[in-house]
Amino acid sequence: MDATSRDFPANAVRALGDATLGRALEKLQREFRRDRAAMLARMPEFEALRDAARDIRAAALDDLPALLERFEDNVTARGGQVHWCADAAEARAAILALCRAAGAQSVVKGKSMISEEIGLNDHLEANGVVPVETDLGEYILQLRRETPSHVVMPAIHLNVTQIGDGFRDAHTDRDPHRALDADAILAEARDHLRDRFVTAQVGITGANMLIAETGSIVLVTNEGNGDLVHTLAPVHIVVASIEKVVPTVADALTLVRVLARSATTQEITSYTSIVTGPKRPGDADGPGAFHVVLLDNGRSRLLGGPFRDILRCIRCGACQSLCPVYGAVGGHAYGWVYAGPVGAVLTPALTGIEEARHLPAASTLCGQCEAVCPVRIPLPALLRRWREEAFARALSTATERRLIRLWAQVAARPLVYRPLLRLAVAALTLAARLAGGGGRFRTLPFAGGWTGARDFPAPQGGTFVERWHAARGRGP
Amino acid sequence: MTEGPSVGLFATCLVDALRPSVGFAAAALLQRAGCRVEVPRAQACCGQPAWNAGDRRDAARIARSVVAAFEGFDYVVAPSGSCAGMLRVHYPALLGDDSAFAARAAALAEKSYELVSFLVDVMDMRAVDARFAGTVTYHDSCAGLRELGVKDQPRRLLATVDGLVLAEMTDAGVCCGFGGTFCVKYPEISVAMARTKTAHIAATGAATVLAGDLGCLMNMAGTLTREGSAVEARHVAEVLAGMTDAPAIATAKKDG
Repeated sequence: MDATSRDFPANAVRALGDATLGRALEKLQREFRRDRAAMLARMPEFEALRDAARDIRAAALDDLPALLERFEDNVTARGGQVHWCADAAEARAAILALCRAAGAQSVVKGKSMISEEIGLNDHLEANGVVPVETDLGEYILQLRRETPSHVVMPAIHLNVTQIGDGFRDAHTDRDPHRALDADAILAEARDHLRDRFVTAQVGITGANMLIAETGSIVLVTNEGNGDLVHTLAPVHIVVASIEKVVPTVADALTLVRVLARSATTQEITSYTSIVTGPKRPGDADGPGAFHVVLLDNGRSRLLGGPFRDILRCIRCGACQSLCPVYGAVGGHAYGWVYAGPVGAVLTPALTGIEEARHLPAASTLCGQCEAVCPVRIPLPALLRRWREEAFARALSTATERRLIRLWAQVAARPLVYRPLLRLAVAALTLAARLAGGGGRFRTLPFAGGWTGARDFPAPQGGTFVERWHAARGRGP
Repeated sequence: MTEGPSVGLFATCLVDALRPSVGFAAAALLQRAGCRVEVPRAQACCGQPAWNAGDRRDAARIARSVVAAFEGFDYVVAPSGSCAGMLRVHYPALLGDDSAFAARAAALAEKSYELVSFLVDVMDMRAVDARFAGTVTYHDSCAGLRELGVKDQPRRLLATVDGLVLAEMTDAGVCCGFGGTFCVKYPEISVAMARTKTAHIAATGAATVLAGDLGCLMNMAGTLTREGSAVEARHVAEVLAGMTDAPAIATAKKDG
């Protein structure tokens, strides 16, 4: 997927002007907050569960190479095959080769963010293999040729009218004047996808977790499409990134407990499937072949550096659902696969801080993300760490860096700072008086960012420190 | 008066420059709680602008000067969750690699507090002697709430203010969009967040919004006045100290 993170400020302004998007985001965050509060009320031990989940993920990262080898051994032992891919191009090539070997003209797909990360659909299409998304949100986006704006609710930025229009444009064999409410949309998608499930030669899914001790993958879904994808097609290809591995089934199930609650506030999703290898003799169903395409794409490099903790992420999207910046601009403004706080840390790591420098900067560091992260990733600290990286590489504007440095130089020397501050306050106080009082400025030179839509308070006059000492000097 | 603990009042750069009345209110509250308040002249800023801009070296320089100026007191108190959080949570991280300052920064962090939580949690203040007639709503500033756990303390003291009624707003703990330099670097996003906040404030019907951080208050006040709202914004310390003679933030004295 081509990144437009560089254009974040313009993307954000465009998003802020989209009232339909604004309503969708307001609804998402309002309902998510309400439902999460109810979920937490039902589960007082949730904080302890977060600790357990963090520890499982941290320990898995400590032992990642050995766990991945164990995972491969167990996949192989059960008749499957693991394909190691260093980057997106290798993963695309591996998947295309598997599709060709299966003689696939079409593939059905379950929801996968890694598929988005490697730009799989475009690559398959360009090479004569038709990918069909079967998760309703992803299907909606595929018809509209859009990308997901949220890691678990990919089409959350759209309303029913927009989705219906997408269906009318794509399904041209139907009555163009048909009514399309939510139920009708669901029925039409089902109707359209039913044949695809049966005729596809390959089914591609992601994986919420990989289990080392069994060589299994875990799929957490609500629509059941994922299970149809991997049981009906003759070949099942899993595409997953390397950090998804955990040691045991018990570990995976602990993570499922925080994942569903954090992603959708459900105790458990409608379908939580543990999938192990191809169909065995005597099995009623299942694919004839089972492949796992394991993607690195820069993650092993992260493992040894300051951003290691982001690899704990289990892609629940809670940080997105509650982030006030995400809530203002939505997912697409971030310009790549992963939006919100997790995206603001991950995108610079995977696409480069030069491309993505705005993302860690565009945060108030309000801490909401860290407060809800089920694996306790210190997201604000990681955002700040990226800012250090950007500052060291002089990626922000020269004026901005000069102002910060100048302020800091003065503020570190109170003897210099105090007289300068007194002067500045006196000037501002005088300017406020000349501007006609009112206790505020409607405009201020060099402060258009503030006064464009907000007034700036006039100073009361004098500085606190000097007034305090003056008052004490006179007093007893 | 010599028995109480000594408190170095870290006014914060915004209070120092723009709203000294908050500093006086904070000092009054600390004195009423039995503290000996001192205001070191050698104070400027806690270093957050540099720290949050990724300028670690300059932030560390400021942090060292703050440590040197304030380490002699029993406690360091700031009328701001954000600046107190900087001293309490971030200085140890910032100066952790500085062999000459790591231990001193850790010691300062231990005894640094946000004003209202200090009054309640450390000085055991249960009530204030103040009067404020009217309905107010309270905004939880991000760092105070999520870095320092300041939530119940201001509400407990506000409940003892004579004549005051607290009407909680929706999403009181959601960021107002100030975010330090964020508010001028990404002004459109910041303003959108501020307007969400002012809508929640307006929906309570309160005449006044209170908070514990002047940065957030300036953002909310400036947005409210630009929207033409009559809702006033004040630092919670002014109300708790009963020192509300000064006009509210971004307003002037009413004539008559």
